[in-house]
Amino acid sequence: MNLQLLAQINSFLAALVLLSAFAMLSQRKINGLVTLFAWQGLFLSINTAVVGYVAAKHHLYISSLLTLSIKVILLPYILHVLVVRLKIKKEMETIVNIPTMMMIGIALVLFSYKLTAPVREMSTLITRSTLAVALATVMIGLLMMITRKHAVTQIIGFLAMENGLFFAATSATYGMPLVVELGVALDVLIAAFIFGIFFFQISTTFDSLSVKQMESLREDN
Amino acid sequence: MISPIELSTFSVVAFIIPILFVILIGNNRRLLICISFSVSALACLINVVSGIMAVAFGKTEHVILPIGLPSLPFHLRLDPLSGFFLFVIGLLSFFVSIYSIGYVSGLAGDKPIKRLIVFYNIFIAAMIMVCLADDALIFLVAWEVMAAASYFLVMFEDGRSENRRAAYLYMVMAHIGAVLILLSFGVMAGFSTGFEGYTFDAMREANLPLKWATVAFLLSFFGFSAKAGVIPMHVWLPEAHPVAPSNVSALMSGVMLKTAIYGIIRITFDIIKVFPWWWGAMALAFGLVSAVMGVLFALMQHDLKKLLAYHSVENIGIILIGIGLSMIFTSFHLPIMAALALIAGLYHTMNHAMFKGLLFMGAGAVINATHERNMDEMGGLIHLMPWTSSFFLVGCISISALPPFNGFVSEWLTFQAFLLSPSMPIPLMKLLIPLGAALLALTGALAAACFVKVYGVIFLGNWRGHNHPVVTEAAWSMRIGMMLTALTCLCLGILPTIIIDLMDSISERLVHAKLSSSSGIYGWMWLTPIDPERASYSGPLVFIGIIAVCAITYFMLHVKPGKVTRVPVWDCGFQKLTPKMQYTAVSFAMPFRRIFGFLFDIKEQVWMSPQQGHCAFPVKTNYYLRVRDRFWGWIYRPIIDIVVLMSRKAGMLQHGRIHMYLIYSFVTIIFLLALL
Amino acid sequence: MKLLHLIFIEILQVLIVIFAAPAFVGWVDMLKCWSQGRTSAGVMQQYRNIAKLFVKDVVMANNASWIFRFTPYLVFSTGVMVASVIPIISTNLFLAPSADIIVLIGIFATARFFIALASLDIGTAFGGMGASREMMIASLTEPAMLMAIFTVSLTGGSTSLLHIVRAFTSGVVVVRPSIMFASIAFALVVIAEAGRVPVDNPSTHLELTMVHEAMILEYSGRHLALIEWGAMIKFFLFVTLGIACFLPWGIAATDDLVSIVISVFLMVVKLIVAGSVLVLIETGMAKMRLFRLTEFLGAAFLMSTLGLIFFFILE
Repeated sequence: MNLQLLAQINSFLAALVLLSAFAMLSQRKINGLVTLFAWQGLFLSINTAVVGYVAAKHHLYISSLLTLSIKVILLPYILHVLVVRLKIKKEMETIVNIPTMMMIGIALVLFSYKLTAPVREMSTLITRSTLAVALATVMIGLLMMITRKHAVTQIIGFLAMENGLFFAATSATYGMPLVVELGVALDVLIAAFIFGIFFFQISTTFDSLSVKQMESLREDN
Repeated sequence: MISPIELSTFSVVAFIIPILFVILIGNNRRLLICISFSVSALACLINVVSGIMAVAFGKTEHVILPIGLPSLPFHLRLDPLSGFFLFVIGLLSFFVSIYSIGYVSGLAGDKPIKRLIVFYNIFIAAMIMVCLADDALIFLVAWEVMAAASYFLVMFEDGRSENRRAAYLYMVMAHIGAVLILLSFGVMAGFSTGFEGYTFDAMREANLPLKWATVAFLLSFFGFSAKAGVIPMHVWLPEAHPVAPSNVSALMSGVMLKTAIYGIIRITFDIIKVFPWWWGAMALAFGLVSAVMGVLFALMQHDLKKLLAYHSVENIGIILIGIGLSMIFTSFHLPIMAALALIAGLYHTMNHAMFKGLLFMGAGAVINATHERNMDEMGGLIHLMPWTSSFFLVGCISISALPPFNGFVSEWLTFQAFLLSPSMPIPLMKLLIPLGAALLALTGALAAACFVKVYGVIFLGNWRGHNHPVVTEAAWSMRIGMMLTALTCLCLGILPTIIIDLMDSISERLVHAKLSSSSGIYGWMWLTPIDPERASYSGPLVFIGIIAVCAITYFMLHVKPGKVTRVPVWDCGFQKLTPKMQYTAVSFAMPFRRIFGFLFDIKEQVWMSPQQGHCAFPVKTNYYLRVRDRFWGWIYRPIIDIVVLMSRKAGMLQHGRIHMYLIYSFVTIIFLLALL
Repeated sequence: MKLLHLIFIEILQVLIVIFAAPAFVGWVDMLKCWSQGRTSAGVMQQYRNIAKLFVKDVVMANNASWIFRFTPYLVFSTGVMVASVIPIISTNLFLAPSADIIVLIGIFATARFFIALASLDIGTAFGGMGASREMMIASLTEPAMLMAIFTVSLTGGSTSLLHIVRAFTSGVVVVRPSIMFASIAFALVVIAEAGRVPVDNPSTHLELTMVHEAMILEYSGRHLALIEWGAMIKFFLFVTLGIACFLPWGIAATDDLVSIVISVFLMVVKLIVAGSVLVLIETGMAKMRLFRLTEFLGAAFLMSTLGLIFFFILE
């Protein structure tokens, strides 16, 4: 398969990753959020495999498989179990309304495009233009963490940020060394477990997982 | 062959004649109105001719008047840009003067007509002088005369306190603008050499360093924006335009705001010829904000003239968008695109003068006939005022930018200018400018929604009000004035190629590119700016096509016509259909208030007045809606408070004790002696 | 001879649009019936509806003005006017340079303006409600539609539809993310403009849920026939506009008879597929609450803006 077609597939998948980030931003239901996160992981793993083929770096196949197993299968399963066990209400509220969040998201994409312009000029890789998309995904993940009231969405925001960072690594330098990627994947898995344990504790102690409720824990002086 | 500039100066002098008439035949009201406005109309027509001649010939002419300060004479200049604005001012003033004959005659009560006629003529003469001015002195003199004359016109009905307050606010804003313009001229004159530094020619020769050029530009931009009604300096517009008589509102909204646009174009393109791209980006940003906020403000209004005033804010924003784009393209040395954007902005200037003048004239006819200013009290006027309603409909279609009328042509040209933005070298601008195009599309759609509301609530349906005045059609001269303006709107929409060919001399002079070499390739019927491969529009064909298919369908269906039965309105069997059940302006705008309401300070209350105190049997439902401008609270109220505080502190110097005043004089004398 | 050929193609296209639009709407209705497990009335049902309406008398309210009587003719003629501009069966349309995409959206906007005025004309509450809702939806769709058109015209290098079709069909088939996103945005916009579920239910009988139907409640007889027909033509034209921008392969570039026959056949196939996709969306979603439409149309705007951004970033 020629380089041109692969570059187009790469851009296409990058577009789909950003689209899933925006869709997560505007999602109301928790189950939908988890599904979208799984889709984002899927697009990311296919993209990693494609970049691995183009750059002939075979360790990227391994990280693609890793992403597939952890982010598409394992983590969504864990999160789904969490949602069921904690009996979380299906709909979540946001602090700002959804059209405003989409506008902020678009502004973040433009900002990251401006920011990565010097890299684009210097880089010789075929994935240079997807760096802006990756940075935007990180920032949209952070936006999601900021503007939601529910604790589970904050994990998913954190995981989306990690997706974006992983994507940035593939676009900027054709992937990190395998050791680093294995370490990051392990960290993410442990973080998900720890979050799950914490949420059980919080839920049993305070009967609620709403971040707004947790504000009332502060001392009044 | 008389030269155009002599024609214009003659017409300025001709405006004095009606003032003489006021003195001579002041007592015979009808005769005075007829003759003085007819003379004004003739003087305006002379200006139209001279404007066309100046643009068509493409030459520049200078005249130095012998009046003025000693050894600082007034310079006048007529070049294609001034000629274009003279054409716009003259044409609309001509139509409004014809309209005024009927309108002023129909004004009820003992209003001060003589004052109206005097200041009306001074106002138009001052606007013409602003366009002809070639040095800072006469520019500012004419600018101030224009502001003062319009102040007296706004204060026409000075018996009511809100009118006085509106006129006062207008005066304050006009003076803030004038001070900024004066400072800008001062900066530019300071860098020009020689004693003649105050002439525009000397300012053109001067080489301003970039920092000072930026200062001059910012001062003049904000000074002219205060007059043009760009957000955030728009607060005087919705106060002053409604209280003035409608012919004056038509002129103020139609042409006075355009003199500010003329000032911006003159200073930026003609005097400071070289500038960085961010000036244009700033103008574009202000234009976009004014356009969107202006139309949203207009959607919230139910007072007819206030709504039209807010639409002027919106359209000035659209003109600034065109000019801002042109400035950006010029700074990147893309002359043909700059010419397209500039022509789009100037064409919209002309269009807005025509359709806004038409709308204000129609509003004046309606308000005169019904004695109501609130749209929610009107309705069903299409049956009682058929001519006015048809002309007002033309104005509504034009301002909503719908083909085949003129508003669409300038919006289409602006969109084409936006579409050319990918040729710019800066990547961030390439992404941001199409978002501006989306905002312009939003503005156009919101304007159409607003004018469906206006036309539907005033002219269609049944009469909604409590009073039932006897409504008659407008006077003949009012109808003729409106008809001519409506026909101009149609012609500007159908024949844009011819007019753009004529406007070439303007763009050639300012941005050094001609548009007509490509715009008329297919002939006079197709408008193809830049390239026929890129885009083409044929106004006549669309218009003829729609009319032809309508006619064909009509005739095919009426070969064997079915019956048309007229019945009372179907009331779903309810039998208690009242006019109060119709949609009013406030209810029509409810979805927009819900969606865009976060931009305003809205307070909405509903409460029931129960019968005999029992809440299960309401007698009346009361509804209260207040929509306030956030800019007033954020920007103006703090400034007003600070100024009042400072003046109160300074006022402590005036305490009436004589020996304190003597001490002041003593201290001043000692201080000056020490200094010198 | 060449001129005669061109006139023949133009008239053929206009006639095809006018007489095939009810069949397309009939196909969509038939698919909807099948997907809901009902027996359909057949593809020809809309023709029978229109023919029935033409024969009936017109009953008009006492206070209807000339705008009420003029609007049906205007709605129909704007549909016919736009039908002569979009390249449906051929790119050799001699009337096409008279209007590019922005102009044809403007022409539809004129028709919508007049329908809204006609609904306010009689002075009933439902008319005002329909007009107010329709103008709100229109003002939210305009930015999304413009951004989608921007993206298409940036890729095609022109706003004239003929040149866009030629630019797309002449090059190599390329997968562009920008065009994908623009097409999704355009599909959402078509649903909003043509008044289909989830924006507006065309077969509802509850006046408080109506948007487009509420505006034409007062019409009867041949006026209603013209308005219904005009609405069907508008729906048909929006779908063919989408096909011309996003799936233009097969539109005849030369004007010999064989290629025209092939392009008509391909157009029928594409319309069948497009109808099926629309019915999938319609049966899969419920009609949205009016103020949830800001999210729907905001999503369309987001898609089209992302398409534009991807054009600059990734291409």
